[in-house]
Amino acid sequence: MGMTMTQKILAAHAGLPEVAPGQLIEAKLDIVLGNDITTPVAINEFKKAGFDQVFDKDRVAIVLDHFVPNKDIKAAEQSKQCREFACSHCVSHFYDVGKMGIEHALLPEQGVVTAGDCIIGADSHTCTYGALGAFSTGVGSTDMAAGMATGMAWFKVPPAIRFHLTGKLPANCSGKDVILTIIGMIGVDGALYKSMEFTGEGVSSLSMDDRLCICNMAIEAGAKNGIFPVDETTKAYLSGRSEREPVVYEADPDAEYEKTIEIDLSKIVPTVSCPHLPENTHPAAELSDIRIDQVVIGSCTNGRMEDMETAYRILKGKKVAEGVRCIIIPATQQIMKECVERGYVTAFIEAGAVVSTPTCGPCLGGYMGILAAGERCVATTNRNFVGRMGHVDSEVYLASPATAAQSALTGYITAPKEVF
Amino acid sequence: METKGRVFKYPDNVDTDVIIPARYLNSSDAQELAKHCMEDIDQSFVSRVRPGDVMVAGWNFGCGSSREHAPLVIKTCGTGCVIAKSFARIFYRNAINIGLPILECPEAAEEISDGDEVQVNFDTGVISDLTTGKSYQAQPFPPFIQNIIKKGGLLAALKER
Repeated sequence: MGMTMTQKILAAHAGLPEVAPGQLIEAKLDIVLGNDITTPVAINEFKKAGFDQVFDKDRVAIVLDHFVPNKDIKAAEQSKQCREFACSHCVSHFYDVGKMGIEHALLPEQGVVTAGDCIIGADSHTCTYGALGAFSTGVGSTDMAAGMATGMAWFKVPPAIRFHLTGKLPANCSGKDVILTIIGMIGVDGALYKSMEFTGEGVSSLSMDDRLCICNMAIEAGAKNGIFPVDETTKAYLSGRSEREPVVYEADPDAEYEKTIEIDLSKIVPTVSCPHLPENTHPAAELSDIRIDQVVIGSCTNGRMEDMETAYRILKGKKVAEGVRCIIIPATQQIMKECVERGYVTAFIEAGAVVSTPTCGPCLGGYMGILAAGERCVATTNRNFVGRMGHVDSEVYLASPATAAQSALTGYITAPKEVF
Repeated sequence: METKGRVFKYPDNVDTDVIIPARYLNSSDAQELAKHCMEDIDQSFVSRVRPGDVMVAGWNFGCGSSREHAPLVIKTCGTGCVIAKSFARIFYRNAINIGLPILECPEAAEEISDGDEVQVNFDTGVISDLTTGKSYQAQPFPPFIQNIIKKGGLLAALKER
């Protein structure tokens, strides 16, 4: 029986000629990742179990990004614990303030993850790296501890849903509108325990940032992973960046999929997920009477360079609406630097927005933009659960950077114009 | 192994942000975190739950973040077991890894009511609603996972090898 792309990567890392859905395997890991919230729990478990060294200091990545620069004393203690562990185990991919970025923007940017990898991360959005043609999935802290100790993890081989992409996105849409549309179609558990494999001639029209955004939110459909084939766009992105040689896997022509869903990219419209589930999607154009208090443009979903460029094109020379707080968070130091060099930061400030150092902060209701009762935010983040960004009576509307920026200017949810 | 207690019933798509809000995750102390378990959807849960009580929920329980703090606070509160129609995959892994018993049983999750007295046998997967007198058979874990649970969690199982 033919294998999907995910199954091929898993088989190779388990040292097996083939694997089938439902099979339990143990696979070698290329990268084990944790952040400042999940790593302390993993360190405690690692020590409690009596492990005294990591399996490979170059294959463990620890990124302080959720609550840094430290938001309070407790967060500072957690960062300190990560820092001391990374130092004592000589973890080469340790990213502290000054080097850090939001993990799922940072690791691809820095070439730490690459095509063909098998990756676990103690962060649910670890599925992002499927955009590079890797198998990558989120786990908890105990799995991270076991991964750091042994370089192995157990998996149940997932079946797959194929998303066959055709056409090209309209100018006012991006990867975010694609993934929100898909989650709206299949629901928040529509791909539970499964792979989401993106194929078809439409793939070539999607930029790397679009693909990273799409795979990032595979977890919001319950998926184990999302994955794109490796094409010229991927190779160009990885070239000169990957610190290890990329390995290209392709799905077998007779690979089995539970179903195939056709997505015509040219029919995608600016889409918004209304509170309190990502599947609660509506065309942005139908929500124009919803008044907002805050806009957040950033996160592991949409804090990349193209997202900043989109925000710049819309906000440049304009003013954020009276009564709206617009918070822009470039996802890494490199993206921040480029925003400064290209004059984006100046344009954002002149528009009345604020620009923050990289942090996950507001996305998970940590800091840097918490909502009060009754407040509404349009955010380019990934979750709009009850209380996600602050008070339990606040509301988060998930949208693309274009929709978020356009909404910041009007003070209401606003679909971006066709051409900008 | 079994548990017996009262049922706390919850809807579909209970996410890890309401099980333990991220605003408390500047700590990894289970006892401290457990004070806030479920508070964004059920403020009285922590004061009402007794050792052995059972959570019963709908589809996709534990969706969202990978925070292991979520199954950990449910366990630390004394909850004996979570029964759901289905679990989000990271929560499912985490629950096994930290030793919180969970059972998938759509029929039981549909029919059992809030406040019912239930008895759950993890070895056989039999769920008995003592209030209604009805029994249900949950899917047992595959042997690979049963072994992890028997050894007391993933790391304990690894150490033994």
